[in-house]
Amino acid sequence: MEEDFVLMKGNEALAEAAIRAGVDGYFGYPITPQSEVMEYLTAARPWERTGMVVFQAESEVAAINMLYGGAGAGKKVMTSSSSPGISLMQEGLSYIAGAELPVVVANIVRGGPGLGTIQPAQSDYFQATKGGGHGDYHLLVLAPSSVQEMADFVELAFDLAFKYRNPVMILSDGAIGQMMEKVKFKPQKPRMRDDELPEWATTGKKPNRERNIITSLDLDPYRQERFNHHLQEKYRRMCEEEVRYETFQSDDADYLLVAYGTSARICQKAVQLAREEGIRAGLLRPITLYPFPVKEIAALAGQVKGMLSVEMSAGQMVEDVRLSVNGRVPVEHFGRLGGVVPSPEEIVEALKQKLIKD
Amino acid sequence: MAHDLKDIISEENIVYKKTKVLTDKPMHYCPGCGHSTLHRIIAEVIEEMGIQDKTIGIAPVGCAVFMYDYIDVDSQEAAHGRAPALATAIKRLLPDRYVFTYQGDGDLAAIGTAETIHACNRGENITMFFVNNGIYGMTGGQMAPTTLTGMRTSTTPYGRDDSLMGHPIKITDLVAQLPGTYYVTRQAVHTPAYVRRTKKAVRKAFEYQMRGKGVSFVEVVSNCNSGWKMPPVQAVKWLDENMLPFYPLGDIKVPED
Repeated sequence: MEEDFVLMKGNEALAEAAIRAGVDGYFGYPITPQSEVMEYLTAARPWERTGMVVFQAESEVAAINMLYGGAGAGKKVMTSSSSPGISLMQEGLSYIAGAELPVVVANIVRGGPGLGTIQPAQSDYFQATKGGGHGDYHLLVLAPSSVQEMADFVELAFDLAFKYRNPVMILSDGAIGQMMEKVKFKPQKPRMRDDELPEWATTGKKPNRERNIITSLDLDPYRQERFNHHLQEKYRRMCEEEVRYETFQSDDADYLLVAYGTSARICQKAVQLAREEGIRAGLLRPITLYPFPVKEIAALAGQVKGMLSVEMSAGQMVEDVRLSVNGRVPVEHFGRLGGVVPSPEEIVEALKQKLIKD
Repeated sequence: MAHDLKDIISEENIVYKKTKVLTDKPMHYCPGCGHSTLHRIIAEVIEEMGIQDKTIGIAPVGCAVFMYDYIDVDSQEAAHGRAPALATAIKRLLPDRYVFTYQGDGDLAAIGTAETIHACNRGENITMFFVNNGIYGMTGGQMAPTTLTGMRTSTTPYGRDDSLMGHPIKITDLVAQLPGTYYVTRQAVHTPAYVRRTKKAVRKAFEYQMRGKGVSFVEVVSNCNSGWKMPPVQAVKWLDENMLPFYPLGDIKVPED
């Protein structure tokens, strides 16, 4: 049966999508601007329908370690938080990456540093894409730019997390978490049965197999080095197979805006405004921030006269754009900080001032 | 040349043999350390209850970090202090399994205090083993939250001064006050009599888990010969004379039903 559109906040869409994706457990801790996720789940009582566990932990530290335990038992487990809470989870994420466990973490980013503000920002890009915790590891990072994508990326994130046995982050922001849009959900998926749990999971040692051990520890430096190479190989495979992006009027563009999430939505309007002024602007929106669309941006560097990375940060993704372009055309950054959302007009003005000097 | 046990000792004369729930890997624990004894007790109880295929163990950070090398059950290695968080999720997602944590004093009573208190207060249906030797063993003998007043460690070289470093914490007495604990006991493993008592406590702690009435919590006061810088015999004497008066053995909370 065809399902209808519903009007919903991004955070609520994430929560409903989690239930429908057959998630086994959500473990979280309240923080603005994402508390609607757990509020929606506790009101929806999915444990009565699907058996999904919804649990308010004593801290973000506990929540991420509950994910470690649950994922180690082979279950589909997720959490959501916002910047300060995500910082608290970094140790756990490092362990989860080191133990190669599939978990999904949504970061509804707010401005920082410190307690910062509760307004939307994109200043956690470095933390999300470059590792975040200790050690050589990466999260696979998805950046939704609509309420619909907040819903769609939950199942995608779990598919990728289990495919690579790697933590996946949905890097959103306070604007997408809080705004209401129409969204269409997929039908309810059943949760994994016990006999569908991964063979590596700690479900109890059966007589026909060795015990399963979930750990990130190996004191032998040569084995640890081999394991690190194995992780790096996994990340290389992600870079080959999982890059996702979207372009908007980039085919004939002289100038390319690069933006994700909320900024990408504003940049669509900025492209229209620029074109009304006779500036042929286009947009590339990375959907995966790690792996980053390096090749696609490099290809466009052969076409455009310059690129502007538009972020609600002091300039973080711009470093990856520059690495992709590798000096072939000028790459500039424009951003508003501390929870301020840029206007399309500001972006066009920045494009003109920073890249179109004549 | 392989010798079968039966070639050396006739079946009727065997009074002790290694449980099959312990692996053959030689333990890395120092001679005389209580960890190896407690590992054996836990493994024996798992075998005797026939729950090897239903048990999931959580190892700590500390000397018992390699518990999963010795106890032959599915295992997870937690970040320092977080074992109760892992156990909470595993038990809630797999409620028919036996889930236990195994933690030292630094893990359970310092860095993991929040997880300990909240798992105990919520009444998670898990078993928690707490080895208290009053010192950080693996990192080389630093002060633990349970280090006795006046006790010398590598970070209290002149003895623990409570006015500067705070008081040793009796966390087992603390968790016994919480409504979510069902069975709380303090035991030891440095004499055969204590070993037998501890084994009974470990068995109860696993059995009670399936009653669904909360945490079963077993503290084991133990010696750390290397950290205490004492030969085993002296360490056992020191334990009797110093640790046990401050951490008296016995049940602290027993089921009413």
